[in-house]
Amino acid sequence: MKKRMRMLASLALAGTMVLSMAACGGKSDDAAAKKDDAKTEQAEETPEGKVLNIWCWNDEFQQRFNGYYPEVKEVAEDKSTTTLNDGTVVKWTINPNENNNYQDKLDTALQAQASAAEDDKIDIFLIEADYALKYVDADANVAEPLADLGITDDDLADQYQYTKDIVTDDNGAQRGTSWQATPGLFAYRRSIAKDVLGTDDPEKVQEKLKDWDNFNKVADEASKKGYKMLSGYDDSYRTFSNNVSAKWVDGTTVKVDPNLMTWVDQTKTFTDKGYNNKTSLWDDSWNADQSAKGKVFGFFYSTWGINFTLAGNAGEEGKGDWAVCEGPQPYFWGGTWICAAQGNDNPKTIKDVMLKLTCDKEIEKKITKDTQDYTNTISGMQEFADDPKFGSEFLGGQNHIKLFSEVAPQIDMSKTSPYDQGCNEAFQGAFKDYFDGNADMDTAKKNFETTIIEKYPELTAVEWP
Amino acid sequence: MNNKKKGKSISYARWGYVFIFPFFLVFAIFQLYPLITTIYYSFFEYFRSGLRFIGPRFVGLANYAEIFKADLPKYMGNTMIMWIAGFIPQIVISLILAAWFTDTRLRIKGKQFFKVVIYMPNLIMASAFAMLIFALFSDGGPINGILMNLGIIQQGHPIRFLASVLGTRSLVALMNFMMWFGNTTIMLMAAVMGIDPALFEAAELDGCNHKQIFFRITLPLIRPLLVYTLITSMIGGLQMFDVPQILTNGKGAPNRTSTTMIMYLNNHLFSKNYGMAGAVSVFLFVLCAIFCIIVYFSFNSETDESITGKHKKIKKGARK
Amino acid sequence: MRESKPSHVRTVIAYIVLIFLAFLCLFFFYVLLVNCTRDHFSIQKGFSAIPGDHFITNFKNVLADANVPILSGLKNSLLVSGLAALLATYFSCMTAYGIYAYDFKLRKFAFVFILLIMTMPTQVTALGFIKLVEKMSLLDTLVPLYVPSIAAPVVFYFMYSYMQSSLPMELVEAARIDGSNEMHTFNFIVLPLMKPAIAVQAIFTFVSSWNNYFMPALVLTSKKKQTLPILIAALRSADFLKFDQGKVYMLITMAIVPIIIIYILLSKYIVSGVTLGGVKG
Repeated sequence: MKKRMRMLASLALAGTMVLSMAACGGKSDDAAAKKDDAKTEQAEETPEGKVLNIWCWNDEFQQRFNGYYPEVKEVAEDKSTTTLNDGTVVKWTINPNENNNYQDKLDTALQAQASAAEDDKIDIFLIEADYALKYVDADANVAEPLADLGITDDDLADQYQYTKDIVTDDNGAQRGTSWQATPGLFAYRRSIAKDVLGTDDPEKVQEKLKDWDNFNKVADEASKKGYKMLSGYDDSYRTFSNNVSAKWVDGTTVKVDPNLMTWVDQTKTFTDKGYNNKTSLWDDSWNADQSAKGKVFGFFYSTWGINFTLAGNAGEEGKGDWAVCEGPQPYFWGGTWICAAQGNDNPKTIKDVMLKLTCDKEIEKKITKDTQDYTNTISGMQEFADDPKFGSEFLGGQNHIKLFSEVAPQIDMSKTSPYDQGCNEAFQGAFKDYFDGNADMDTAKKNFETTIIEKYPELTAVEWP
Repeated sequence: MNNKKKGKSISYARWGYVFIFPFFLVFAIFQLYPLITTIYYSFFEYFRSGLRFIGPRFVGLANYAEIFKADLPKYMGNTMIMWIAGFIPQIVISLILAAWFTDTRLRIKGKQFFKVVIYMPNLIMASAFAMLIFALFSDGGPINGILMNLGIIQQGHPIRFLASVLGTRSLVALMNFMMWFGNTTIMLMAAVMGIDPALFEAAELDGCNHKQIFFRITLPLIRPLLVYTLITSMIGGLQMFDVPQILTNGKGAPNRTSTTMIMYLNNHLFSKNYGMAGAVSVFLFVLCAIFCIIVYFSFNSETDESITGKHKKIKKGARK
Repeated sequence: MRESKPSHVRTVIAYIVLIFLAFLCLFFFYVLLVNCTRDHFSIQKGFSAIPGDHFITNFKNVLADANVPILSGLKNSLLVSGLAALLATYFSCMTAYGIYAYDFKLRKFAFVFILLIMTMPTQVTALGFIKLVEKMSLLDTLVPLYVPSIAAPVVFYFMYSYMQSSLPMELVEAARIDGSNEMHTFNFIVLPLMKPAIAVQAIFTFVSSWNNYFMPALVLTSKKKQTLPILIAALRSADFLKFDQGKVYMLITMAIVPIIIIYILLSKYIVSGVTLGGVKG
């Protein structure tokens, strides 16, 4: 999904950057030493390219890179490039994700990789869960196996298994690595919870929301008090779509999972009863519903959402008024993996980037501390979970890492397929018309079929439960 | 073509080819050749799947069967509806304005100002205009804000323009109307001003009122230009793309009721489905070819005198 | 013409309608201009008719965002539109002159042909065009966006009818007697006479190229090469760019304002040029 990366208020960001730069300062000796090593090595082997091309769909990784990669020397004013200590220039190519746009652009560029000029070749590209499989496929062979870069299993030992499984091809070669784990959660507004449930304690709230029946009951109570349980149609989508029994696509047939139809029914009920505000993910009104004047009980979010979306939308006034719980059903949402493009000319730099940003426990912990993102280090996260003093100011002092560390090991990404982005977007889009009353069930189904075949001409049929 | 020049010596004739050569060369490379390949691909199964290309495999007319089965008639209908909804107010308002601007009895002041203002939207980037309208008419946007402040709608219950078929289509029509009515007004004015003033004088002497003058003299005499406006606008309507594409973010929502034919073409081009895109293109080509022939004849016969005739006059005015 | 009695009621109605239409045309731009001076949070709070004080901040934010490289967008748009206007007017004059001044065998055919294709939209050949551009390795370059404007039938038709009305062949013949060769005659005698027509058509070609979205979106892929309409479209689809509404409005403003300024400066010529342009919309 579109993991929305959004800049926090620019001040906050600038603050983080300054901090992290300062933090990096301490490591400069280390870095310099490493640079010398690298230089001697380079003399023997093929020299590294002068330009490191990184492709992504938003600025999340860019912020991580600029903020936490120790070799960063300076960032261009417009952030279009980053210069490393050894003089390598990182060029950022950012194409929006929606409507397979990023995939499409990336595919075109990867196909031209062999004929591209040295400095134009893609070195690193990012992928997300919805289409990861397409790029880590052994036959496609566009992402270089980590082993070829010299990254060992030991380096990756502290990462969550599912983050490795999803980017491992049929032959067992892992072709990407991530700095985060992305369990889903339900973020609720403390003040509204108090009003509706009489408590804002995460454990008690969780008890009230532990399954869908209870969740619906609370929705009804909230509605009576003039609140909306959810903001939009797609809010609860991931809790259903990530608890499906089979992949989206089997051969060339799209199989709509019964669980998705449950989502349709639930959302239709919510809409008709006025439990939601009829917004769509990421649109203006949806964002506004998270602001201080919003009247929405809560939002389904993943780890990354708290800091980058919710905190930004809530603003200063909303600080401390939020808390997170597991919600009615465990799920996951999103996740970003770093891949090395085949044919890249900066293998050493890429290896270093991957090791530093996804395997270095200290850096990972720092990211979590600064941004509240849930990073991919099992032992590091455990330390935070066990630390009674650790808590998020934004969440009113709650130790959200503790909650995540309990659900993260349960994540199962075995039901993802390379078609997920297109299918999910088309499904949400088609049924939005149904919720809005612009289309009946059959029309919505038909529109979904039309859109899917437009997006993926190779798919031949759609089966409904 | 009609005024053959005298004293032209044969030896110069070949220069004609030299002068028209660049035009036809570029036309052949960038339009004719692409047209041929477009037609060619329309008979093939040829698309990108993941990181590989499938085909090309000859499939005869299968792509055509597919596009007619898959909603193309519906998108044609959408295009027509949105075009007509914009065109009718456009032509009506333009006719009225042209009549007013040229009516000496009205003596409207600031004509130049109004002309400049109503023509302005025509020059605005359609994509920026659509983005602007999207921002203004979104659920939490300024228009809803204003309506709430005025008490026309209830606080917290915005009109969800883009979630309704009528709202979305109306916005598209509104933009098309705004972008083109100024242009049409000015064209029609020129046509009206080209009518021999003696006709109006005679009519007034005979005691005709302004309505009679408008319907009996003005309208019949500018008919050729009206036909021309209709057809060019229809061709413009067929090409409708930027506005609904950006307004609905390429989705043609709700319920695909604002998907135009070019948006449908764009969907296929975007997912690199060359066979289907080819079939849609060829269909559009045939439609446009019919219109082109109509334009050609309406241009070459009756409008020849009226349009070009008027042009000369204005041109001379402009050169002063 | 004999003045007749002015009709007051109709005049009042006319003014009301005109003022309403002018309001409609200006209102949206007014909101745009107001909102580009306000920051995100005050825009979210609701509409205000009074401008805010964030104009400079928004302006700087837009300039500092590499995801919407407005400066390179402006540069690319200017380059493409400028070259398109130049090529279209020059070569259309040339073609028109070829058909107007020379009596060659295919003359009638060439003329009819151009009139026939005059209203053919470029979208119908987009597929073949893209494949061709790909084959020529011109994808993601600006070349395929301006070179094709050498063949601009509408501009041709306009130039041709202008020549009919204001280019006497005697002038050309006089030049020939003076020993001027044909190219020289065209460049130094005919072209200067065509200036008014060239100016009008240059403006229209410039504007339509400036506003073009369909083709550039298919040809251009990298951020640094993209023209303004593509950047605007990216704004619509990339949710992470919409976070700052002030920036969104500012970007739209920056895409629209250059054309508005040109328009206001040249409005007299543009408005009278519309009727000369013939085939638009």
